[in-house]
Amino acid sequence: MDTILVVVEQREGKLNRVSWETIAAGQAIAAHTGWTLEAAVVGSGVAAIAGEVAAKKVAKVYDVESARLEPYTPDAFAHALREFLGKHPAKLVLMPHTYQVRDFVPKLATALQTTAITDAIGYKYEGGKLLFTRQMFQGKFVADVSFAGSGPYFVTFQNGSFRADKVEAGTAAAPVETVNVDVPDAVVRNKPQEVFKEAKQAVDLTQAEIIVSVGRGIKEQKNIELAKQLADALGGELAASRPICDNGWLPMDRQIGSSGQTVAPKLYLALGISGAIQHIVGMKGARSVVAINKDSEAPIFEIADYAIVGNLFDIVPPLIEEIKKAKG
Amino acid sequence: MKILVCMKQVPQKDAPLKLNDAGTWIRDDVSYEVNEPDAFALEEALRQKEKHKGEVVVVTAGPARAMQVLREALAKGADRAIHLEGDAFVGLDAYNTARAIAAAIKDEKFDLIFTGLQSDDYGYAQTGVILAEILGLPHATIIMQIEKNEAGIRVKRELEAGFFQFVDMSLPAVLTIQSGINKLRYATLIGIKQAKTKPLRKVTMDEVQSAVGGNLQKIEKLHVPQKSKNTEFLEGPPAEVAKKLVEKLKNELRVI
Repeated sequence: MDTILVVVEQREGKLNRVSWETIAAGQAIAAHTGWTLEAAVVGSGVAAIAGEVAAKKVAKVYDVESARLEPYTPDAFAHALREFLGKHPAKLVLMPHTYQVRDFVPKLATALQTTAITDAIGYKYEGGKLLFTRQMFQGKFVADVSFAGSGPYFVTFQNGSFRADKVEAGTAAAPVETVNVDVPDAVVRNKPQEVFKEAKQAVDLTQAEIIVSVGRGIKEQKNIELAKQLADALGGELAASRPICDNGWLPMDRQIGSSGQTVAPKLYLALGISGAIQHIVGMKGARSVVAINKDSEAPIFEIADYAIVGNLFDIVPPLIEEIKKAKG
Repeated sequence: MKILVCMKQVPQKDAPLKLNDAGTWIRDDVSYEVNEPDAFALEEALRQKEKHKGEVVVVTAGPARAMQVLREALAKGADRAIHLEGDAFVGLDAYNTARAIAAAIKDEKFDLIFTGLQSDDYGYAQTGVILAEILGLPHATIIMQIEKNEAGIRVKRELEAGFFQFVDMSLPAVLTIQSGINKLRYATLIGIKQAKTKPLRKVTMDEVQSAVGGNLQKIEKLHVPQKSKNTEFLEGPPAEVAKKLVEKLKNELRVI
């Protein structure tokens, strides 16, 4: 019987909650394939996290320890997991598709002469073969991808692909085994400094009930004002996709997406946003999505409740008037 | 500093894409452009060269049309280009793309190698990191700033949710560059003219074949995403559409 290993993510000794989604993915694949599900946490002094994971329905949890694993470096993490997998082979290794994971997984997979299917959003198990689905061309298509070679096969799952609340608890706590790995000094080449936040977050979009968000379709900085008027009329906050903030048209703290804020408002109104994956992951938890875009094939429409194909500059002005009227 | 920039040609952002008959790839009769993060990687390399002297070399792997990416890079100020040319490079997975590039540059010594953080077509976000591992070099990903110092470089890594981190690294090193790290320049007329005389080395698959193996991951099928939502399209002239939407906002979504 083959083994599925979920490597949960911890940062500075705290479990990253997105790891529960990966556990849910592991449990689903294990149920489908009949393979054994195990989990591992990698770090320094992270036994408490191993204990937390052991309460879930997994056969075993490994606490992979080395003082060199704190702070995080790709060299130490790849080295530690390579050594661990040498002793405890797994066929399939699952992780969340976080910035940290994408920093070391390609290195780890290459060192093992195997590959990682990154940013997967699901899987299929057909005729004894595992396929992983991932978005391509910025979400315009979805691909079924298979592994060749003997593995171990690495898969990273996009945030929100599985539901953390679907994780099954175990009937009894799973055994936890501590595995001390040797990470020699010379292995770790980078010297990371403290993690910091650029500036004080002036606006907390995570609390906003209504968000009007602008993308490249807004075309020019002066047009931001139009979106602002719409946000004001709705009593909502103004936000943007990454290119708008890169251009300095709106401050960075109004950016939605993997590198910005993750929001779940009652209404997310997307103006001229195509819906690249990095943006979608930051707003797909919205209760409702309205999208206005001139490109009828924009991926944002895939997740929209109401869609308007057209020029936002034609539609937004009468929309503001109608909202004002409706609000009296 | 001698800097290599890995660049890729991808379909234009708003190009309508269609699947081929087998459903395994897109039809290639679309417009292409340079992968956006790669353009920022090139710009950063040019800025580093302006500060610290040296050379900027650009490399791409792809069919003849991918040459356009190199031509633009040379026009913006890159010193020379390497083109791994041929359709054989199109379907390679990230591991094999990196192995082919590594083989093509085996006689060169770069202080820095840049890639964009990911491509707009496959979106693997892997080739740069794999290249680092193959070459035995340290790497850092999603870089927003690069400062050279006595010991090497200090880079600013972007983390999630607005967090950042400085990392000190020795050279040589591989960095994957985030969009927005700088402001892109345009090619000048003189630059475009000069580009025509700059050195371009072509590399065929035959030359790097021994380094490349079978793909370790295979795209079995591409399909149009299944809708997770029942999207209602509101149609009509702008004033009418606005009325319809407000009715939905009020009575269905209850947000006004």
